[in-house]
Amino acid sequence: MSGAANREAVFPTRMTLTLMKGKLKGATTGHSLLKRKSEALTGRFRDITRRIDEAKRKMGRVMQVAAFSLAEVTYATGDSIGYQVQESVKNARFRVRAKQENVSGVYLPQFEAFYIEENNDFKLTGLGRGGQQVQKAKEVYSKAVETLIELASLQTAFVILDEVIKVTNRRVNAIEHVIIPRTENTIKYINNELDELEREEFYRLKKVQDKKQRDAAAQAAELAAKQALDAGHLRAPSALTQSAPEDLTADKDDDIIF
Amino acid sequence: MEGIFFNGNNGYIEGIVRGYRSGLLTSAVYSNLTQCDTLEDLKLQLSATDYGNFLANVPGSLSTSIIAEKATQKLIEEFRYIRAQAVQPLSKFMDFITYAYMIDNVALLITGTLHERDTHELLERCHPLGWFESLPALCVATNVEELYNTVLIDTPLAPYFKDCLSAADLDDLNIEIIRNTLYRAYLEDFYAFCKNLSHPSNEIMASLLEFEADRRVINISLNSFGTDITRDERLQLSPKFGKLYPSGTEALASADDIEQVRITVESVGDYKGFFDTSNNKSLEDHFYLREMELCRNAFTQQFTYSAIWAWVKAKEQEIRNITWIAECIAQNQKERIQNYISVF
Repeated sequence: MSGAANREAVFPTRMTLTLMKGKLKGATTGHSLLKRKSEALTGRFRDITRRIDEAKRKMGRVMQVAAFSLAEVTYATGDSIGYQVQESVKNARFRVRAKQENVSGVYLPQFEAFYIEENNDFKLTGLGRGGQQVQKAKEVYSKAVETLIELASLQTAFVILDEVIKVTNRRVNAIEHVIIPRTENTIKYINNELDELEREEFYRLKKVQDKKQRDAAAQAAELAAKQALDAGHLRAPSALTQSAPEDLTADKDDDIIF
Repeated sequence: MEGIFFNGNNGYIEGIVRGYRSGLLTSAVYSNLTQCDTLEDLKLQLSATDYGNFLANVPGSLSTSIIAEKATQKLIEEFRYIRAQAVQPLSKFMDFITYAYMIDNVALLITGTLHERDTHELLERCHPLGWFESLPALCVATNVEELYNTVLIDTPLAPYFKDCLSAADLDDLNIEIIRNTLYRAYLEDFYAFCKNLSHPSNEIMASLLEFEADRRVINISLNSFGTDITRDERLQLSPKFGKLYPSGTEALASADDIEQVRITVESVGDYKGFFDTSNNKSLEDHFYLREMELCRNAFTQQFTYSAIWAWVKAKEQEIRNITWIAECIAQNQKERIQNYISVF
């Protein structure tokens, strides 16, 4: 058998056959389930890739605007504004919350940005000069950070999904190309072996029967010869010798199966 | 009449300043600068002007901050040269110019002290024009009480502190309010000083400072929308002179939307066009334009100190313009590169 190595090391019995059939059935169901999961994940993955592309383009635009608004602030207020802003801030106004989303059994982290409106620590910065520019820059940069957070949650999902899809595909392939063929081979092997055993058994029985017939014939011949000898010797009537074979078939013999 | 005595003491300085003024970039140079594609091109263009090779010793690649820093350095060198030649009352006048920067520096250091930062590294961030001898001493103070009682008293800004703020104020008030209170006191003091100067100086400086005061009032009013600054506090921050004073200042202090500000400001003839945004100019641009116009006019009269003030302001505007153009080139945002304000 060519696939002798590609089967499980089991004894070819009927019980193992039943076990193997169950296993094959399980593998097929699992395969179709995993395949569906992988397809769902791939769909999601494509969606995320597209959204990452969009977010990255948006990021480029937003960051450009933001950097430019910072240039406007420098134009209006001078250099030391950065330090004043840093020092006057005590609480974060812009915060990030993480939550989880379940996509076909995979938990993807999602980041969500939100504002705490009452925290606005540097609204007085640039009171005498350039305050509007500072506030505008703050808003533009908040938008930029929002985009950044969106991009971050997409990127994280991208990495995790990539990993999961790889694992799932590996499983699907393993079931499709290794487990199912091997189980099928095992089943085939067990069937072959069982058939072989049956044929051997049949042949053995035939041999036994053959032997028995031959033995019986030899016995009958011997008996006939003996009777003939007796008849010849005792001049016994021939009728006795003629009826002898009929008696033989009427005899009951446990070893002979008809 | 004043010309007889003016040149005796200040003729040389005025000559120098007028020389510097001719060195300011002209519109033709600006239009050349806006054609540049890289900062290296900009450097090349600037080397043909009075700036010469001011970027020659910069290692590595250029950045806008380096250009701004080097240009400011040049301004300061020139200013210090003039200051060294000056005698009273011009030297006092030039000290007054530096007080504005001192206020910024002191405010910066107070912020550092309040937040218990290492103030020594802040010294590097201070504007060199606002440097005074006891400035490093501000770093020695570790708490506000000490700062007020022993250190600030020794600074040239002491009278402003004494009149406007107590030690407790330093702790409680927002640093921006402190800064603007000081600035108001400074402007009023400067204004009073200029009133006593000889004839053309006092008139021209009065108009320049009045504009400066009005600009602050308008800005404070606009920037305090939506904050918890009360009307009285706003009045406290507004200098008590200027074209808007007193009724306009009063009205601006109680204004709480841009429309009210607009009506008040437009009641002054000179400021009528400030809220006209039709030609893509913001209020800030109008302020700069107006300031530069006043500076240009200041040069038309002779025998006056105001030429020095006008030159410093024009030079600062020029540095801002160069920085702006450099920034536009660096960020490849050519559509707004024309936003600079060309003086001459």
